[in-house]
Amino acid sequence: MATDAPPPSRAEHGLPAADEFVAVQESAEFRELRRSHRSFAFPLTVAFIVWYLVYVLLSNYAGEFMGTKLFGSINVALVLGLAQFLSTFLIAWWYSRHAAAQLDPKAEAIKSRMESGA
Amino acid sequence: MSPAVILAAGEASEHRTLIITLFAVFVLATLVITIWAGRQTRSAADFYAGGRQFTAFQNGLAVSGDYMSAASFLGIAGAIALFGYDGFLYSIGFLVAWLVALLLVAEPLRNSGRYTMGDVLAYRMRQRPVRTAAGTSTIVVSIFYLLAQMAGAGVLVSLLLGITSDGGKIGIVALVGVLMIVYVTIGGMKGTTWVQMVKAVLLVIGALLLTFLVLLKFDFNISDLLGKAADNSGKGAAFLEPGLKYGATGTTKLDFLSLGIALVLGTAGLPHILIRFYTVPTAKAARKSVNWAIGLIGAFYLMTLALGFGAAALIKPDEIIASNKAGNTAAPLLALHLGGIDSTWGAILLASISAVAFATILAVVAGLTLASSSSFAHDIYANVIKKGQADEKQEMRAARWATVGIGAVSIVLGALARDLNVAGLVALAFAVAASANLPTILYSLFWKRFTTTGALWSIYGGLVTAVGLVLFSPVVSGKPTSMFPDVDFHWFPLENPGLISIPVGFLLGWLGTLLSKEEPDARKYAELEVRSLTGAGAH
Repeated sequence: MATDAPPPSRAEHGLPAADEFVAVQESAEFRELRRSHRSFAFPLTVAFIVWYLVYVLLSNYAGEFMGTKLFGSINVALVLGLAQFLSTFLIAWWYSRHAAAQLDPKAEAIKSRMESGA
Repeated sequence: MSPAVILAAGEASEHRTLIITLFAVFVLATLVITIWAGRQTRSAADFYAGGRQFTAFQNGLAVSGDYMSAASFLGIAGAIALFGYDGFLYSIGFLVAWLVALLLVAEPLRNSGRYTMGDVLAYRMRQRPVRTAAGTSTIVVSIFYLLAQMAGAGVLVSLLLGITSDGGKIGIVALVGVLMIVYVTIGGMKGTTWVQMVKAVLLVIGALLLTFLVLLKFDFNISDLLGKAADNSGKGAAFLEPGLKYGATGTTKLDFLSLGIALVLGTAGLPHILIRFYTVPTAKAARKSVNWAIGLIGAFYLMTLALGFGAAALIKPDEIIASNKAGNTAAPLLALHLGGIDSTWGAILLASISAVAFATILAVVAGLTLASSSSFAHDIYANVIKKGQADEKQEMRAARWATVGIGAVSIVLGALARDLNVAGLVALAFAVAASANLPTILYSLFWKRFTTTGALWSIYGGLVTAVGLVLFSPVVSGKPTSMFPDVDFHWFPLENPGLISIPVGFLLGWLGTLLSKEEPDARKYAELEVRSLTGAGAH
């Protein structure tokens, strides 16, 4: 990593000029970072929204199924509702693990290279 | 004397004194914090973003404090107490919504923006029109939300303190308004954040205590609790199934679907939530604060489940309805029952929970006021009126005056709306956020071709569609529960416009982009994309 300070003429945080952003955007390293974010976040977003909609639609239109008693006073509706909580916690944890392992190192490498002016 | 009568008429004056004392302690403590924070607020980054020095945990607490309004605490507990399972549906949408913020919005926003939502929307667009649009939608969303909170404060106070006179209610609205102006003008983001953190801690402690007491009554047997709630509600097994509130007709079912979509997609477009991500130093910290918020908010909603079903199991439904038709006083009533009616312990518990509810309102309105005045000062004043030539001092002065102006407008509107049923306004704020803000944020961050025309079409199109549909919905006219029950000009059947207005917002952003002859600014997009994903050059 270069140690020389960015020239003062650059923007506040040693930001490179616009051309450099275009060059970085087209670099293989950045494309990999973008792919790594999108291929994880986009399908997962679709999945949890669909899962939530299924739950809402079941609540709306499948009352009998939702009312099925499982044990004691606990029915399917309550279990599915709690499952929404559980899946939300799990997805948050899973994304954060992915981000820490896959996204942060790549982002950090590009960022420090750009800010050191290399 | 039945507790409902005590609550409704406010005859037990020791309750009133206790509630007022506890509330005054909270107000004093927050004013001290605000003055302390104000002394440390020098730069614009301090005022707008609290100096970006909060930790992920602190911000997670503040985000929760900003998000868990009195509507979620009193409203959801009350809805569960009266309608059983359907009350619970609300909270699920509120929670799942955070995943949109986590996966798609929080980190890129933190990386590429500075103080407002408009920073990101206008990044690669023509600044003036897009900032004007972003400022407009920020202020509209925040004012709807503010009005609902202020009217809620009036209702709450009249219920808990027995203040029923018009003058009393106006006084409460004015007090809330003046306090929020003081918090924001003096303390800026730093003061507001601390107020929200204190409130979040109090709210969680209060909910934990009540939950523990409820579960203790049932020996921690949840099935027993639910069974008792179903029996006591007089509705039997149906109380534990979906349908009591939203399942009446085909229209109410569609309405629930519409509401559900608005809740899930609205959160990541709420300006007062978005600006919270600027208060931490990095995108990684923003991610962690969302995780804390998801944990806290999720745990809180699970506790409201115990509170709502606890109230249903321990209090007769007539008593809850007699105190407030919508069930909004179920949680304070539950506190009174758990502590013991006519006992000091019961009075203390009731007073504490009521004071927490007031604290909740104050923290939320402060966040909303800050979001709208920041957007006015930073987007509209500094970048549209002054064309980016305003210095920091001028911008901060504008923000403080905007706070006073927005506060004054809210006080007047809140006083006028004090007897209207404004409960629908929060759902409307979510619908506007999901229809106008979210499409523009997502297109800006992830779609290369997106243009200024597309951004304007999606913001104004989503905004006008959502607000227009509500204007002609049963929320405003035509039903006994409407804002104006005596007139009828409604033709849109649903109370929530999201089902139509959210797709319209997305569609218009896409259509506007395709139909405009404008070339997207590829270099600016390169800059935005690289910055948003890597954090290079983040403020």
